[in-house]
Amino acid sequence: MGRPMRGGCISKSAGAQAPRLRHPVVMYPHANVRNPLGHAIGRLAPPRWCKIMDRKLVKRRGENKWLVERAGKMRVDGVIFGSEQLINEMDDMVVRQVANVASLPGIVTGSFAMPDAHWGYGFCIGGVAAFDPGQGGVVSAGGVGFDISCGVRTLHTGLKTEDFMPLRERLADALFRKIPAGVGSTGKLKLSVSRLDEVLANGAVWAVDNGYGLRDDLRFIESGGRADGADPSQVSDQAKKRQLDEMGTLGSGNHYLEIQKVVEIYDNETAAAFGIDEGDIMVSIHCGSRGLGHQIGTDFLKKMTTSAKQYGLELPERELACAPLNSDVGKSYLGAMNAGINCALSNRQILMHLVREVFDDVAPKANIRLLYDVSHNTCKEEMHTIDGKSKKLFVHRKGATRSWGPGHAELPAEYRNVGQPVLIGGTMGTASYILAGTEQSERLAFGSACHGAGRNMSRTAATKKWHGKEVVGRLAHDGILIRSRSMRGIAEEAPGAYKDVSEVVKATHNAGLAKKIAKLKPLVCIKG
Amino acid sequence: MWQHFHHQADIGIRGIGDSLEEAFAGGAQALMAVICSPEIVQSIDCVEIECEGEEKDLLFADWINTLIYEMDVRKMLFSRFEVAIENHTLTGRAWGEKTDPDRHELAVEVKAATFMELKAYKNNDGQWVAQCVVDV
Repeated sequence: MGRPMRGGCISKSAGAQAPRLRHPVVMYPHANVRNPLGHAIGRLAPPRWCKIMDRKLVKRRGENKWLVERAGKMRVDGVIFGSEQLINEMDDMVVRQVANVASLPGIVTGSFAMPDAHWGYGFCIGGVAAFDPGQGGVVSAGGVGFDISCGVRTLHTGLKTEDFMPLRERLADALFRKIPAGVGSTGKLKLSVSRLDEVLANGAVWAVDNGYGLRDDLRFIESGGRADGADPSQVSDQAKKRQLDEMGTLGSGNHYLEIQKVVEIYDNETAAAFGIDEGDIMVSIHCGSRGLGHQIGTDFLKKMTTSAKQYGLELPERELACAPLNSDVGKSYLGAMNAGINCALSNRQILMHLVREVFDDVAPKANIRLLYDVSHNTCKEEMHTIDGKSKKLFVHRKGATRSWGPGHAELPAEYRNVGQPVLIGGTMGTASYILAGTEQSERLAFGSACHGAGRNMSRTAATKKWHGKEVVGRLAHDGILIRSRSMRGIAEEAPGAYKDVSEVVKATHNAGLAKKIAKLKPLVCIKG
Repeated sequence: MWQHFHHQADIGIRGIGDSLEEAFAGGAQALMAVICSPEIVQSIDCVEIECEGEEKDLLFADWINTLIYEMDVRKMLFSRFEVAIENHTLTGRAWGEKTDPDRHELAVEVKAATFMELKAYKNNDGQWVAQCVVDV
């Protein structure tokens, strides 16, 4: 039999005789530690990296603005946006990571964290930082993350609640059959490497050119659906091999496809410009660049760690691995990362096409149109005004969304007077929100806003607390249909494992990063 | 042997053993337990793996990332591992089978091994530990 060990384990040598564990035993702070048979065998002190916020680390500078004062090797101040409640719940690691990012060469104005910030790898999730290539600025693979251009795409269906409700079960089942979701899922589309290179160069434009959607869809995607600067030759063969059969797949974890109902409008004028009204049925897709993006992140984290010494970069932590924007490694990463963005844009375009096919079949009255598509793991070349002068900067948004305000030249004519839709995904049991970009956001954090709720409980803690079937049953009681092959996946994604998205959105609105426009309640959720 | 350790958004994997090799194999078991219940996965096919790295911890990250890559392109899950490390080179074998979503009850894909809490060291009890947080 497996020896019970401190912290719980299975002995490798125990083989088939080891106790069958439905859920592996875990260590987490402030909790009793149990062995594989469920016996309490000790209590662990919280690890040094898991504490709630020490308020001495930040100084309040407004209702929703907190300063991490420049100290030590920091080149700029850190700024964390959030309400007192969110700041209190935030981990000290967020402050440390904001400060570490502030020490990187060429950083401009400040190192920012959005109200949904939690600790990540090098950069915190919810981190925003801009770098000036003229001042030795850097690009960081960790500052973008492994799921390059993970994002949210929200669609109008043209249906009202009363049209949808009689079709609810049929649409849920048809979408579940049509949308490849979950670990190792593959799409119908099988590409050769040369065809994949076309995808990587052209993004959603490739998808539309190849019959996945309408030309007009492209107007409602950042950069018209194609990231400039993509260089497929900088993407490794391994990364490409992972993607040959993964186009048009949702993935797993916190990725989802939801049918949602608009339950509340906060700003009638902007909602009208976005074409949304109370009772409207919408569809939101949350996913990213799949295996290709993950491999680009892996490849370049390693390359940047190795090359840091060569470029004379002193890194406070290895996870902050980066390279000067003007260096070979930096340029190579930008080419690969933009190819990763195009992969994600194309992936979401193909998924939208599949949604169109399902609705055409089950609900012929529907008219699927794109509201907007936002990415939240990117480094984008953008023009920003610094000290009265327009400058080209590279803005990292790691778990943060663009929030362009009214008048921005890149926005489609329909939204130019009101700002871009900022799409905030919630959990499958709570709500999602549509916000609008603000002029103020440009001055506050390079035109950025939060991206979602953010977890407040680990996956393992969630599986100990809830069972998937119980979560599905409870959600069904609330009128939310869940379709998933993995009950363990559902337990890990239980709504209670996330922060209160409404508090995050309220803080984002009150801080001026984006303006609250509409609240959406989930009705059907397809999970990977 | 293997453990998971706490991370707010993701999950930490840890292998412990009498040798560095055993710790690496345990870390791989911990990786699999993030994705599914490893005891359900049968050891049918074998995949040969080779990685190189001068630093032990980076070699562990490479080992885990190579397993993630092999699982993704082969649509496989693994359940048994053998590791040999000599002169900064790891040669390993992973046994497993094709992924079957109906049977394996898959929880979540692992995107990559991160450098967060990445360590490979001998602890005070004389045992080897290899660990990192993985992004899911």
